[in-house]
Amino acid sequence: MSATTSPAAAQTQRQRWLSILAKAPADRLEALWRGLGETPDYTLLRRPEIGLVMVQGRTSGSGAPFSAGEMTVTRAAVRLGGGQVGIGYVGGRRPRQAELVAVIDALSHLPNWRQPIEDRIVAPLVEEAEARRRQRLAKAAATKVDFFTVAREAGT
Amino acid sequence: MSDIAAGPLAEGLADPAHDSQRLFRAVLEAFSHPGRIVTLPDPPPAAAPLSPAATAFLLTLVDRDTPLWLAPALDTPAVCDFVRFHTGAAIARQPADALFAVLTPGQSGESGAPPLDSFLIGTDPYPDRSATLVIELPALTGGPERHWRGPGIQDRQAVGLTGLPDSFWTQWAANRALFPCGVDLVFAAGSDLLALPRSIAVET
Repeated sequence: MSATTSPAAAQTQRQRWLSILAKAPADRLEALWRGLGETPDYTLLRRPEIGLVMVQGRTSGSGAPFSAGEMTVTRAAVRLGGGQVGIGYVGGRRPRQAELVAVIDALSHLPNWRQPIEDRIVAPLVEEAEARRRQRLAKAAATKVDFFTVAREAGT
Repeated sequence: MSDIAAGPLAEGLADPAHDSQRLFRAVLEAFSHPGRIVTLPDPPPAAAPLSPAATAFLLTLVDRDTPLWLAPALDTPAVCDFVRFHTGAAIARQPADALFAVLTPGQSGESGAPPLDSFLIGTDPYPDRSATLVIELPALTGGPERHWRGPGIQDRQAVGLTGLPDSFWTQWAANRALFPCGVDLVFAAGSDLLALPRSIAVET
């Protein structure tokens, strides 16, 4: 997360950020973005546009690829005053979120923005996503049926 | 992706669907009236060193199915990134691989530069499989006047393009002789376009 990261590390971090931002709830991301306060101006290189992408799957997870189906995707690209380009892709019809993701991606090229974004946008989103996951797991765990005794009876 | 982020990237059309239709109408106007100067209404910002007219032409007509060849003077990383990002077109390495090309006058007339017949001219059954070349000029008026004749022109049209060597017109006569095959040309200067389809004969 420091200002001097290797290209490979920077790419890994970018992938992590883009993944978290794309999966965040749109209104939550908007609120966190507002919370950042003053942000640099940007130009839309590609205004948010909605299209379809073919999702590929592999049989049994590792076999031959096949086309699983199409999903809606919104994409956008922006450029900051300094020429930094950011690209945002999110699932579904969410133009505003695609634009925000692109702006945040562009800001990630500026060393003095990395830490604030990590602390005030990415970290809270990770925490919330983790909380949602735990809640879902807990809900699922509550419905768990233990077949252990049945299996043992059947086995004897 | 990271190499896109390296240099400043010019923006494309503000409203891709409607702007490209509007610009296409202007290009169509130019091709229907060879020799007539058509000023593009509200062209997008130029991707230097391309002119606004050439930039608008590329954004309107080039896409991922049409490889583009750029003259060495225009083949800069900024232009290549611009074309790839906004149109998705591949940059052709050889003139003969391209369906569109952008040239500078030095490139299309003098020795060592690709002559017109190094581009695709189509075939007799499919004359449409030919290249369209955009030639960047300093101005579309003020040069030595020549008379153009052919479909879309009533009688004759006097056109005085600036910056074309005489050898260019010899090449054009050869291109005209290939009809129905041959390349089509568009001259660009500032935000003005002027078309020279293969059907036009040029006389001194």
